[in-house]
Amino acid sequence: MSEHILALENVSKRFGSVLALQNITMRLREGEVHCLLGDNGAGKSTLIKTLAGVHKPTDGQYLVDGKPVVFNSPSEALDMGVATVYQDLALVPLLSVARNFFMGREPMKKLLGLVPVMDIDYAAETARDKLAEMGIMVRDPHQAIGTMSGGEKQCLAIARAIHFGARVLILDEPTAALGVKQSFNVLKLIYKARERGISVIFITHNVHHAYPVGDSFTLLNRGKSLGTFTKDTVSKDALLDMMAGGAEMQTLMSELDGVTI
Amino acid sequence: MTALKSSLASPGMNPPPPPGASSKPVAAADERVGTTSWVKRFFGRPEFASISGAVLVFAFFVITAGDSGMFNLDGVVNWMQVASYLGIIAIGACLLMIAGEFDLSIGSMIGFAGMMIAIPTIYFHWPLWAAIVFAFAGSMALGWLNGYIVIKTRLPSFIVTLAFLFILRGLTLALSIMFANRTIVSGVGDLAAQDWLASLLFHGNVATGLFQWMGAHGWIAVLDDGSPLVKGVPKVIAWWLVLAAGAAFVLSRTRFGNWMFAVGGDANAAKNVGVPVRKVKISLFVFTAFCACLFATLQVCDVGSAAADRGMQKEFEAIIAAVIGGALLTGGYGSVVGACFGALIFGVVQIGITYTNINSDWFRVFLGVMLLIAVLFNNFVRSRVTEAR
Repeated sequence: MSEHILALENVSKRFGSVLALQNITMRLREGEVHCLLGDNGAGKSTLIKTLAGVHKPTDGQYLVDGKPVVFNSPSEALDMGVATVYQDLALVPLLSVARNFFMGREPMKKLLGLVPVMDIDYAAETARDKLAEMGIMVRDPHQAIGTMSGGEKQCLAIARAIHFGARVLILDEPTAALGVKQSFNVLKLIYKARERGISVIFITHNVHHAYPVGDSFTLLNRGKSLGTFTKDTVSKDALLDMMAGGAEMQTLMSELDGVTI
Repeated sequence: MTALKSSLASPGMNPPPPPGASSKPVAAADERVGTTSWVKRFFGRPEFASISGAVLVFAFFVITAGDSGMFNLDGVVNWMQVASYLGIIAIGACLLMIAGEFDLSIGSMIGFAGMMIAIPTIYFHWPLWAAIVFAFAGSMALGWLNGYIVIKTRLPSFIVTLAFLFILRGLTLALSIMFANRTIVSGVGDLAAQDWLASLLFHGNVATGLFQWMGAHGWIAVLDDGSPLVKGVPKVIAWWLVLAAGAAFVLSRTRFGNWMFAVGGDANAAKNVGVPVRKVKISLFVFTAFCACLFATLQVCDVGSAAADRGMQKEFEAIIAAVIGGALLTGGYGSVVGACFGALIFGVVQIGITYTNINSDWFRVFLGVMLLIAVLFNNFVRSRVTEAR
């Protein structure tokens, strides 16, 4: 067993002549929340997709439990317990909560001992219980998911990933489309997941969301890593500075200070 | 119809278990939960429009043509037969629509499949059963091709199948002229009565013994020679009911049914959680082609001939029935039971209108209006379903 449940060692990803990722090294310790910070175009999406098994790295190594892996599809990553919750959440709005929860992995039973059918009662009960564990009371697990709020949907997607054996949860901008209160709920959710021993990679461009829940932070800028910092070695302001490009931020601040109306 | 009724309770969203069924305290914790009556729940179901439409249509004809013989046994068999033919293809169209795709080539497929049965039988002297097997294999292969092109090219199925609407109709005409030098190939009727496969599955009636018995007891009308006026339930009706019950069951209760809703609702989301989107879509194109071929086989065996213009515009009627039945054009929502009631409305109106004093030219006007009302209503239902209750 390695100390790191998941690691990228000097990973690069090329699309034709475009170098999307350059020598990224990132190590996720078991049970930590690792925040991946970067502005738009920093390469966050490519990195997520590489972790999720959508892309294969052009160079470098991808390790799970210390062993090198090559994923040919997202389902292979899933089999290793690496689950990705994308921004679109992979939910179908017209389907019920229970059916969404088990979409693609329907619980089955035999009708009259012969015909394989979906165990809808089990699905409904499980979906309701798992969401309740996350602090969301579902009014009716048979209601369409379109009736839920953005935060509740995020919660469902996370609860689903955990239920299906995720050890590593990759969250792609989970707070991007949410209001203040709902973002707070999602942050609580991340904290709860960590308490249950699940390692989390939290992708965001919002340092204010990342800092309170994160244990370590990797910063991305234009396809390169600016380094990984643990919480005790870096302050929130330092992170903010690095994200905005340090010196540039200073200049910008001083320019703004000079503005008078 | 009992099978249909029991499956009413499932597609899309299922009614929650009865209050006593769950002992989990968390379930009852939210004080914001109002109890919804079954009436309200029925309002929110996809088949609501078509069932209430069917009730209205029945009421209309009971009032205007109640004593005309429309609701005698022979009258009922008459409009049920029309509804059954349409119902069979409406089931295929409905499932495909739920999975988010269209098939506009259904009507042309009916004509083509009919010729695939009649020409080999009459001109190449194949046994009828072999020709029927050939037609089913051929149609389903074409259905697969339709689906494969749609999936591979990612073109809208509307365009791909529109192309097949013309290709197949043109082929039907060209090939029937080439092989038979005519556009109507007849003489299959007698063969159908003798052929083991056709007489077993496609030709004639079921439950003839029961009708004989009922006639002998004077419960139903009989002819002068003592045989019942209606000899049995035409096989097309039996096929429709069996197919409807099967499709409704698969859609609401099985894993494959869940996948249909999932790929139609959001193909990308479905793919991301491991649903085999291509497989689901292609197999439904094949199923739709199967339904079209079943329509053609039953028609050829019943009428005794195939014609190059058979099935003209049936694709639209099938889609209309599915839409009246609550299917959304955007996919992910719909009901087999609803589509069947949509087909029933068709049958009742098309035949019923001849029993009244109303000129039958008004049939199409009625259909168009019905479609429009159904779409508006379904829009309303969808917004109810996806908005917070």
